[in-house]
Amino acid sequence: MSAPDRPLDLHDAGTPPVEHQSRLREVLGTLVQNRLSVLGLVILAVLIVLALFGEAIAPFELNDIDVVNRLQGPSGDHWFGTDDLGRDVFSRVIIAARVSLQVGFIAVGIALAAGVPIGLVAGFYGRGVDSVLMRLMDILFSFPAVLLAIAILAVLGPGLRNAMIAIGIVYTPIFARITRGSVLSVKQEVYVRAARSLGASDARILRRHILPNVLAPIIVQTSLSLAFAILAEAALSFLGLGVQPPEPAWGRMLADGRRFFQDAPWMAIFPGLGILFTVMAFNFVGDGLRDALDPKQKSVIESRGQTT
Amino acid sequence: MTGFVVRRLIQVLLALLGVSIIVFALIHLVPGDPVRVALGTRFDQEIYDRLVQRAGLDKPLLEQYFSWLSNALTGDLGVSFRSGRPVTAVVLERLPATITLAFGALFVALVISIPVGIVSAVRSGSKLDYVATAASQVGVSVPDFWAGIMYILLFALTLSWLPPSGYVSFAESPWEWVRHLVLPAVTVGLISGSILTRFVRSAVLEALNQDYVRTARAKGLPESRIIRKHVLPNAWIPIVTVIGLQLGFLLGGVVVVEVIFAWPGLGRLALIAVQDRDFTVLQGAVLYIAFMFLMINLVVDLLYAYLDPRVKYE
Repeated sequence: MSAPDRPLDLHDAGTPPVEHQSRLREVLGTLVQNRLSVLGLVILAVLIVLALFGEAIAPFELNDIDVVNRLQGPSGDHWFGTDDLGRDVFSRVIIAARVSLQVGFIAVGIALAAGVPIGLVAGFYGRGVDSVLMRLMDILFSFPAVLLAIAILAVLGPGLRNAMIAIGIVYTPIFARITRGSVLSVKQEVYVRAARSLGASDARILRRHILPNVLAPIIVQTSLSLAFAILAEAALSFLGLGVQPPEPAWGRMLADGRRFFQDAPWMAIFPGLGILFTVMAFNFVGDGLRDALDPKQKSVIESRGQTT
Repeated sequence: MTGFVVRRLIQVLLALLGVSIIVFALIHLVPGDPVRVALGTRFDQEIYDRLVQRAGLDKPLLEQYFSWLSNALTGDLGVSFRSGRPVTAVVLERLPATITLAFGALFVALVISIPVGIVSAVRSGSKLDYVATAASQVGVSVPDFWAGIMYILLFALTLSWLPPSGYVSFAESPWEWVRHLVLPAVTVGLISGSILTRFVRSAVLEALNQDYVRTARAKGLPESRIIRKHVLPNAWIPIVTVIGLQLGFLLGGVVVVEVIFAWPGLGRLALIAVQDRDFTVLQGAVLYIAFMFLMINLVVDLLYAYLDPRVKYE
């Protein structure tokens, strides 16, 4: 009972035989059979490269102002044209990939870190604890997502960090609900009862026996939530509540482009395509993961219908 | 059934109470003095004192909450920090535009999703099904505000078929009302329709796999009759639920589209209130939206229990 990770620990006697290696291979195998998921993975790989090496790849500096060549259409020099200050739209779209992914990952990380423990505790202990926690989640669910994020930003003030926190709070209840639902079914399993009869503590049962077995739906939801979080960030930045200049963000660029879009539609078209492809990639991967990990779970779109 | 209705009502009341606490807290969580922040450079001691007193901000917190709540229940949400007008009036005059857009978008969504979803399910696995599925996947990934801008660019500025923005009330001119509604309704409706298509498809597919459909086929009924008489009547119950949830979302979740089309709805009101730091108006807009959202969900749940007697509520 003292050393938690001692090999041949009696408390592990009831752990279900999860063969990580072969399971991973099986999941990946199913995933690559789905053509849309493969496309999603390819787009994501490109995005991650752009996020890491955007500045090196971009032909121009982020804020290379060249007023003489402002509002130029797409050309050999400027693939996506130039903006109102003569900056290269292609370079800015590429470099902005990082902010989008960063906001997505951190916001969903916050939602995971808050939602999963809430769901675990609510599902595991049931009764009063469950009622209180889930009613609290219901309250957050009573607001449309973007509106709640705006209200939170009204309090915290606009900005990148606060946008991540706001989006994280907005998507916490969905993780709590999904985790709780899975815990309710898993906690009835023989191996959980076996672990308990061997005297394992609640914390240990939750960590070693329940959490590993409720991961599948959480992983799927993570991918889908990344898509929604990136959309939400773009919307907030578009409204001027998210990423602040001079940091480039697709939503922000779209808002700037809107002022010129009769003369320079490329300023609005390309950042929008950046958002579209990123969100699509996470949706494609999420749907593929669902088929591979958890065929009973509802599709991307179905889960979105219930969370928006 | 009665037990379920009662429990569900209690749940909604608790949620509303929670919502009211969050909305009330909004104004108090803002760092600094909300009235001073709202007045900004137009600060005037007399106006300041009057607003503070009117909002009851000089009283103890708990007392403030209860007087705010009891006023809210009688429809008094205080006055705008900016214009001094009653918040309830400001919010109510925004409702028609929001409701118009929500139903317009829902109409577009249904016109697309019901036929496409049914055909997709009936011919599941076909090329058409594959295309419809891929299209709906792309549809949910489209940022609504970007799509809106693209439509304005194409249909308003380039082709001049439709007005680029604004709202005209039905009473003023039914024709202009429709013309102004088309672009925003299509912007939101296409995305909503992508979501609904998948639901319609899976609900119809589920109904198609039931034993009674097999029996009907074994009897030799023509396929079209099976779909009409056996599949659709059973598929529409879950579909109604999702339509309700979508409507709830459309009534409060389209802030950015309202901004793009200069649509005088509740979402845009909330945003303007944030920008103006007009917290009482923000409270009012958020409260109304959350209230509508909860009520629609309640109605959907009750409808579901009524329509489907098999549903058991423990």
